[in-house]
Amino acid sequence: MSDFDWGVIARSSGFLADGMALSALLVLVATVGGLILGFGLALMRLSSHRLLSVPASAYVTVMRTLPLVLVLFWFYFLVPLAIGRPVGSLASALLAFVLFEAAFYCEIVRAGISNVRNGQSDAGLATGLRRTQVLRLIILPQALRAMMPLVLNQIVIVFQDTSLVYVVSLHDFLTAASVVASRDGRATEMYTLVAVVYLVICLSTTKAAEFYRKGLPS
Amino acid sequence: MNYRWDWSVLFKDTYMGWLWNGLLWTVIISLASWAVALTVGVLIGIARSAPSRSARLLAGLYIDVFRNIPPLVQLFLWYFVLPEVVPDAFGLWLKRDLPYPEAVTAVVAIGLFAGARVAEQVRAGIEAVGAPLMPAALATGLRPVQAFRLIALPLGLRAIVGPLTSEFLITVKLSSLSLTIGVLELTAQSRHVENYTFQGFEVFTFATIGYLVIGLCVTGLMRFIDLKIGGAALRKAPA
Repeated sequence: MSDFDWGVIARSSGFLADGMALSALLVLVATVGGLILGFGLALMRLSSHRLLSVPASAYVTVMRTLPLVLVLFWFYFLVPLAIGRPVGSLASALLAFVLFEAAFYCEIVRAGISNVRNGQSDAGLATGLRRTQVLRLIILPQALRAMMPLVLNQIVIVFQDTSLVYVVSLHDFLTAASVVASRDGRATEMYTLVAVVYLVICLSTTKAAEFYRKGLPS
Repeated sequence: MNYRWDWSVLFKDTYMGWLWNGLLWTVIISLASWAVALTVGVLIGIARSAPSRSARLLAGLYIDVFRNIPPLVQLFLWYFVLPEVVPDAFGLWLKRDLPYPEAVTAVVAIGLFAGARVAEQVRAGIEAVGAPLMPAALATGLRPVQAFRLIALPLGLRAIVGPLTSEFLITVKLSSLSLTIGVLELTAQSRHVENYTFQGFEVFTFATIGYLVIGLCVTGLMRFIDLKIGGAALRKAPA
């Protein structure tokens, strides 16, 4: 057992910060893109047209059964083939994240919308509002409020998921730390740091989500 | 897009052997991790519902810590850090003499992470179904420990078979993380064959179907258990 050298963290802080910036970018793109696509998927799943609802539920079921690592490999292989020239692994990872997380955001949006009672949309239609107006003015405001804690929880999961870009050699926070760990032979210090940083960020977000949920009218 | 389809790679002896071997490892790691997760989850879930304040706090601490560190980081902690921080003799044993070190480490790491998630379900089951039955159980003359062990715990566990299905599926998906420390499971082997043959479509399709079939088996098995003894059976039972 060697002595610990915590100075390695200070010396590599710039490199680690770059890694964290990439993790943050992945979380941001996956969440914004995933929510938009997930919202569309949720509307498709709730539609009464089977042509819309069946493909959407099939998509969600398949994505939720596959490990993210496999999805990352799929896109790492497919994206350059589709474009016809090699692109960096960042583009394919971003696409994989958006399409993967959309399936999970879809379920959150769907739960949020189904929680608003049916009578309300009937009542809205009876007052002469159009379907899109009912959705925009009556259902969505309530659904969004109910969805917030679940979305926060999902963001924590997405943040944890971003560590998986390790498998396509993108330098996110974990991968940056692992590069330093093997270069300087400081695995203990680096992985402990990574664990503590993730723990602090994820735990505080989880607790904030719990706090928010308790304040909601049930 | 020009791509030369060649589904025959899946049937070439070498590659077929690799892929099936990978599938086998995925199943082994998933089942072993799930066994660890269930054991840990039930124990921590019981501690989380215990009358002792310190037991509840410790169990809560376990759940918070293990759920809020990414599973891949936990895997690296067990694999790279643990042998360095334990006494030398034990560290050496971990590195040298432990049979199948990568697979065993993966099972421990995935099992302990999934165990924290299972513990939350167990606690919820005891709270929602088991705990309300305690006064009735105590009124029949059972001692508190007996009432918990014979009534509240079994009924609480039976109620959560449904929610445990998705935890089981998550455990199967987590088994793919073990490729980062060198276990050649399904995802690793499909990547491996792709590197040799460049037939990504075919091999990743094989892996995708593999995971879908495992997922269907898990869902079917848990549905069966749920109908026989789980929440679905409890709801059907005459009052």
